[in-house]
Amino acid sequence: MKRNHLYMTLALAGFIAAPAFADTYAITGGTVYTLGTAGKIEHGTVIIKDGKITAVGADVAIPAGATRIDATGKMVTPGIIDPESVFGLNEVDAVYQTQDSAITSTHFTASFDPTEGINPRSMVIPVNRVEGVTRAVIAPGNNSSILQGRGSVISLDGVQGYVLKDPVALFVTLGEAGQKTAGGARAGALMTLREAFQDAKDYAANRAAYDKAARRSYTLSRPDLEALQPALKGEMPVVVQVDRASDIEAVLALATEFKLKLIVSGGAEGWMVADELAKAKVPVILNPTRDLPESFESLGAEFQDAVKLQKAGVLIAFEVGDTHKSWNVRQYGGIAVSNGLPWLEAVKAMTLNPARIYGLDKGVGTLEAGKDADLVVWSGDPLELTSFADQVFIRGKAIPMVDRQRELRDRYLPYVKPDAPAMPPAYSGN
Amino acid sequence: MSLRKLLPAACSAVVVALALPAFADSPAANPQPDFSSASEFPPDPFPSTYHPLPSTPTLIRHVTIYTGTGTEIDDGDVLMKDGKVAAVGKDFSPGAGVTVIDGTGKFVTPGIIDIHSHLGVYPSPGVDALSDGNEATMPNTAMVRSENSVWPQDPGFNTARAGGVTTLEILPGSANLFGGRSVVLKNVPSVTTEGMKFPDAPYGLKMACGENPKRVYGSHGQFPSTLMGDVAGYRQAWADAQAYDNEWKAWAKDKKGPPPGRDLKLETLAEVLNGRVRVQMHCYRANEMATMLDVAKEFHYHIAAFHHAVEAYKIPKLLAANGTCAAMWADWWGFKMEAWDGIRENIPMVDAGGACAMIHSDDENGIQRLNQETAKAWAAGNRVGLNISEAHAVMWMTLNPAKALGIDNLTGSLENGKDADLVLWTGNPFSVYSHAEKVFLDGALVYDRDDPKLQPRSDFELGKLGVMGGAL
Repeated sequence: MKRNHLYMTLALAGFIAAPAFADTYAITGGTVYTLGTAGKIEHGTVIIKDGKITAVGADVAIPAGATRIDATGKMVTPGIIDPESVFGLNEVDAVYQTQDSAITSTHFTASFDPTEGINPRSMVIPVNRVEGVTRAVIAPGNNSSILQGRGSVISLDGVQGYVLKDPVALFVTLGEAGQKTAGGARAGALMTLREAFQDAKDYAANRAAYDKAARRSYTLSRPDLEALQPALKGEMPVVVQVDRASDIEAVLALATEFKLKLIVSGGAEGWMVADELAKAKVPVILNPTRDLPESFESLGAEFQDAVKLQKAGVLIAFEVGDTHKSWNVRQYGGIAVSNGLPWLEAVKAMTLNPARIYGLDKGVGTLEAGKDADLVVWSGDPLELTSFADQVFIRGKAIPMVDRQRELRDRYLPYVKPDAPAMPPAYSGN
Repeated sequence: MSLRKLLPAACSAVVVALALPAFADSPAANPQPDFSSASEFPPDPFPSTYHPLPSTPTLIRHVTIYTGTGTEIDDGDVLMKDGKVAAVGKDFSPGAGVTVIDGTGKFVTPGIIDIHSHLGVYPSPGVDALSDGNEATMPNTAMVRSENSVWPQDPGFNTARAGGVTTLEILPGSANLFGGRSVVLKNVPSVTTEGMKFPDAPYGLKMACGENPKRVYGSHGQFPSTLMGDVAGYRQAWADAQAYDNEWKAWAKDKKGPPPGRDLKLETLAEVLNGRVRVQMHCYRANEMATMLDVAKEFHYHIAAFHHAVEAYKIPKLLAANGTCAAMWADWWGFKMEAWDGIRENIPMVDAGGACAMIHSDDENGIQRLNQETAKAWAAGNRVGLNISEAHAVMWMTLNPAKALGIDNLTGSLENGKDADLVLWTGNPFSVYSHAEKVFLDGALVYDRDDPKLQPRSDFELGKLGVMGGAL
């Protein structure tokens, strides 16, 4: 922290000299935070083979032919999972032609799923990938309904086979946004939602009659009624955007009524109802840096939200709320720690906990044998502002540590120095 | 950390005598406004009523000091007296009646200065009734003043202070070619905006390049709808201002007869031409910044700083040659086309290219952690070998914004005689785990992380049941 020579050495030494697509890696010497039963392992070794972690420990045999990565003095953690993003759907925010995350529709509400429109070649993906974001939940938007649609889980490692689970969750907006969409009252939004679930249940019991037009009419379209079924069976979580304590309580009651597997997103005033959330085993996705009364539904926003929720036993996951800078979740985690959250809990809130919340933790989220090899070798404490991802692995691949921002940087860097090249930057060769 | 009063030990004059020699002046990034001759226009109708809060002489000892001039003093001492920095150095003996703070393991920097804030004009809560930052009804609203929109009860002033911000410029938004006058505030709780106004700080004029003005007006079929429309709009306004200023100057020679009719819009622009109001210009792209430097040359005015300046890393030498600063984010990018080329190394590359670089927030959350944003930019630069010291990077959040605001003779660094605006950090301010522990404004302790009585709250924050722990 004190001086920068260390970074220089690491960056310029070409830390990863391994071929990009070797099958077997041995990451040695680092402090390994497994987030599993093995806990923290000093001078640990992680073996990666064919996309999976095959062994983790202090005394692990290194397979013949493995590419060795020296992580001495560095930290190794699972990769970051963004719990609510628009990767591949949103290239330039204010350029509508590049937007594919939200629709204006009353026909496709609960059923809207933006996953088919994902562009895995989006330049936003590498910018975050090189900073340690390895996997993401894609969240939909619907501008005309409180039922936003369904999202998926994608891997940020390439252009094939990147959709890992679709759909993974149903997304709903309540609070001020839901109030507006529902016609001007919070109760109206809840009535809309309740009717939707009641209709979906009725539809499920009367599909044949519905097909013969012998059943009463529903406010939702057929695809929407179908889309609600996994949520009603408790098979698919329902992510509800709410901040105000009373709104959280209202949605907890709704979840009980329909036996929904609820996830609260936002939760600015979650700490006020932390015990209720814990009792209902409802996790919260939150931005731990909110401390201003930015609206009348977040008057109680404070830095202690994450701390108090975690202390009460609520499973928390962190989000930045800006996919372009998803990597800043590391800084946000550090801010949570500086306000009292245990360090390991902050690391979990950006890796393991998103996996647990969406039911993905059998395959990812810890560094344990059998898990997908999504992991990051950090130059230092991953929550610290001056640390970087030295090498990112996703599903066992050593990710090329390049992106458009770094190409721009490398193109212009010679020109800020005294002996700038004579030819314009466009001739720089990158 | 506890404050304690020491018994009389040495008179404070001795302490002052121990001060280090004044630090060598950094190259002036900007010409200072010309106050040599009085303006021909009537005086400021909203004069500052700011008075420093009560203070006692205070000595912080055994602390790592980043002076804001690029210097680091390990195990140093800093003395504040009568609201000013009285001495910066080592091994001072506290004088009679001096409050002594042990800074062992801690850090001191000058108070953070945010040159780009909309606190008060886009306050929390962000409801329509409090949305007063953009007079987006015509492309030139140089006559409006952000100080007339500031709501001093914005809770964001308090959270910014808790992050070490002592001075901030409140700008109108970027909907217009000429958005109006900015105001520079001392970040002190006040019922009136006048009570926060930084005495003697020059006004700024907010101008905006690029996508925003042409979108706001073009989408209504109005002028301007293109970049060339933007530039024509600036140039015609400056030409009008030149004529207006000449008319007033002619009258001011002997002040015979009635003065010319006042045009508040042209008056603001004329004061820019006279060097009394500083241009603070929202501009993202390198080519647009170059164009604006040409316009400034054409009409003989100076651009103090480009704000946002996402592509400033492409033209640092041009900025340096014009004495124009760049106020930037650490890592914002991709939210609109003109922000597509944002990179993490923008600030350090502008600095390395010889221009005056600084961090800015433009955000009620980012303003609470400008030290962290500075740290991110610093680390990114050093990763590619720019080899910048922490002490130098501290200037990005202190002295350089003071220069761009034209207040570097008053604040922005820990030099004898300057306003005692400083932050005592719990640890290295470039660590995410450090907090502003104590914030001093003109020598007065205005925030203390360990003392709830010194954590001011806005009127708006009163009465929140459940938040205050009120049991029902």
